[in-house]
Amino acid sequence: MADTALTEPRSRADARPRASRGTRRRRPQWVGYLPYLLPGAVAFGVVIGYPLLTNVYFSLFKWRGGMAPLRWNGLGNYVDLLGDDKFWTSFGNSLAMIVAMVLVPTLLGLVLAAVLFDYLGRRFGERVSSVLRATYYLPQILPVAVAGVLWNWILNSQTGALNVILRGLGVETPPNWLGDPDTALPSVMLVLIWVQMGYPVVIFMAALQRVDPELYEAAELDGAGWWDRFRAITVPQIRPETFVVTLTCTVAALKVFGPIYVLTRGGPESSTLVPSYYSYLNFFDKSQVGYGSAIATVLTLVIVAVALIILGLQNRAERREREGV
Amino acid sequence: MAAVATDPRPAQVRATAVDSRYRRGAGRWLVLAAAVLVGLAVLAPFGIMLLNAFKSPQDYAANGPLSLPSSLYLDGVVAFWERTDFPVKLWNSVFISALVAVGGALLSLLNAYAIGIGRVKGRLWIIALFLLANMLPQEALIYPLFTMAQSVGLSNSQWSVIIIFTVIQSAFGTYLLSSVLGTFPPALLEAAALDGASRWRILWQVVFPIVRPTLSVLMIFFFIWTWNEFFIPLVMLTSNDTQTIPIALASLQGDRMMDAPTINAGSLVSLVPAVIFFLIFQRTLTRGVTAGAVK
Repeated sequence: MADTALTEPRSRADARPRASRGTRRRRPQWVGYLPYLLPGAVAFGVVIGYPLLTNVYFSLFKWRGGMAPLRWNGLGNYVDLLGDDKFWTSFGNSLAMIVAMVLVPTLLGLVLAAVLFDYLGRRFGERVSSVLRATYYLPQILPVAVAGVLWNWILNSQTGALNVILRGLGVETPPNWLGDPDTALPSVMLVLIWVQMGYPVVIFMAALQRVDPELYEAAELDGAGWWDRFRAITVPQIRPETFVVTLTCTVAALKVFGPIYVLTRGGPESSTLVPSYYSYLNFFDKSQVGYGSAIATVLTLVIVAVALIILGLQNRAERREREGV
Repeated sequence: MAAVATDPRPAQVRATAVDSRYRRGAGRWLVLAAAVLVGLAVLAPFGIMLLNAFKSPQDYAANGPLSLPSSLYLDGVVAFWERTDFPVKLWNSVFISALVAVGGALLSLLNAYAIGIGRVKGRLWIIALFLLANMLPQEALIYPLFTMAQSVGLSNSQWSVIIIFTVIQSAFGTYLLSSVLGTFPPALLEAAALDGASRWRILWQVVFPIVRPTLSVLMIFFFIWTWNEFFIPLVMLTSNDTQTIPIALASLQGDRMMDAPTINAGSLVSLVPAVIFFLIFQRTLTRGVTAGAVK
């Protein structure tokens, strides 16, 4: 899973002898494979490349969409963004999304995977640990819109299950979870943790199967406790998977749209507004297509920058590990 | 035969000795209880949904969300089924997801054949581009895609969604399959080439049979991902006869007629297909996730 061809040194080393092996006059062998890239190249050009560039183009105009005229605005939309409180709020909330979709699930996932694999799996058998794993993973398989609709009802202030239960317990005025600017963001974060947690558990448990069991046995014979083994074996051994989980979940957290749409629509008072929803709002609700395109462009740049940083950290960690060994 | 039969015994003895060493102490019950508690917390919303999907609004008002329904109330399911025209939505979701799964896997295989086995020049950059495409926020593509679909007569058409997701999903598929095919045994390819097989024949008769398990895992992923997609279908599919299940459920949300049983029954009915699909393919999936991680 973590085997990115980008970081794999072997593929680079392989390429050189192959290229020089053939006689100079002959066409290199790889040229014959180019037709296989053609459908992919065309499809990506049409569905991703061209729209991406067009979006940047749109962001330089004031445009109400549809048949309305495009009016040149230069970098005006971007200048407006800098002074737009909602824009800053939405990126601030992205940090909360990263806490809820990356930080907490990864830490919880590490501990849960290690407990299931290295502790419960051995004491109560494979079956127990795989049933628990499947349970944790369950929220991941249901459409996020369905999860959102269900939670929206559970958290509803009047008829929702949670507040009906709370009133039954004697709480006179239970919080309006999604309707109060103070509680809306934490509520959304809790839902996202619930949705997200199973993913790292499954990936980490699969990763642990790759770790040589003799490492654990040797450590145990040396008298290492569970925590020592977790720190000295589990965490370093599955570092590649941790990077993959961090990268994919961070990108997902920056892109999050569906849960916000069904839970709060960015409200109340923009307290749960995120960049993707803010651009959607400008595209299809406020008819400010140019402005929406500018938000989407900035979001794209932020995602690419964050991804490059994480990939860079991964490369450095791998290099250090190789040098260490 | 005899040697094979006697061989495992020492290993077994060793295994049980290790096990009995582990099966001691009361602490393990505490850890188990904690892990089960986390599991129950995860299951709680599902439980509440099941309890209230078949409960009448009066029953809910009187007894709250935690009681068992006093009688089996099916009006919620019926209301949801009829209001969303559920069979149509189900077919739309199946149709879109299935075509994307097949198309996406095919496109991934072609790309990965050129990158992983053909080792075309600049493949690291090509893979980087695919990775990048996989990370892009759909918001940065949606408005141009929306206007393009309109200009070619595919507005409100499932084909626009199918084409878009085939490409988006194959970005990930290409990335994964390329690294799988990068380690393909060269001996097999050389043998086939010596026999005079063309590249096309090598792809289908040598490479395809060997990566078929990976492809089937990819197809399951693509199916589930497309099934769960929300943003692009929300924008592109605007009428009742083209929408998918998640969009149908979400668009009922603001409706004042949505009482507790209808919401719960709707959520339940909407997630049943995904759960059935997951149960059928769970084995393939866990095997695939493991295989992917070993790589």
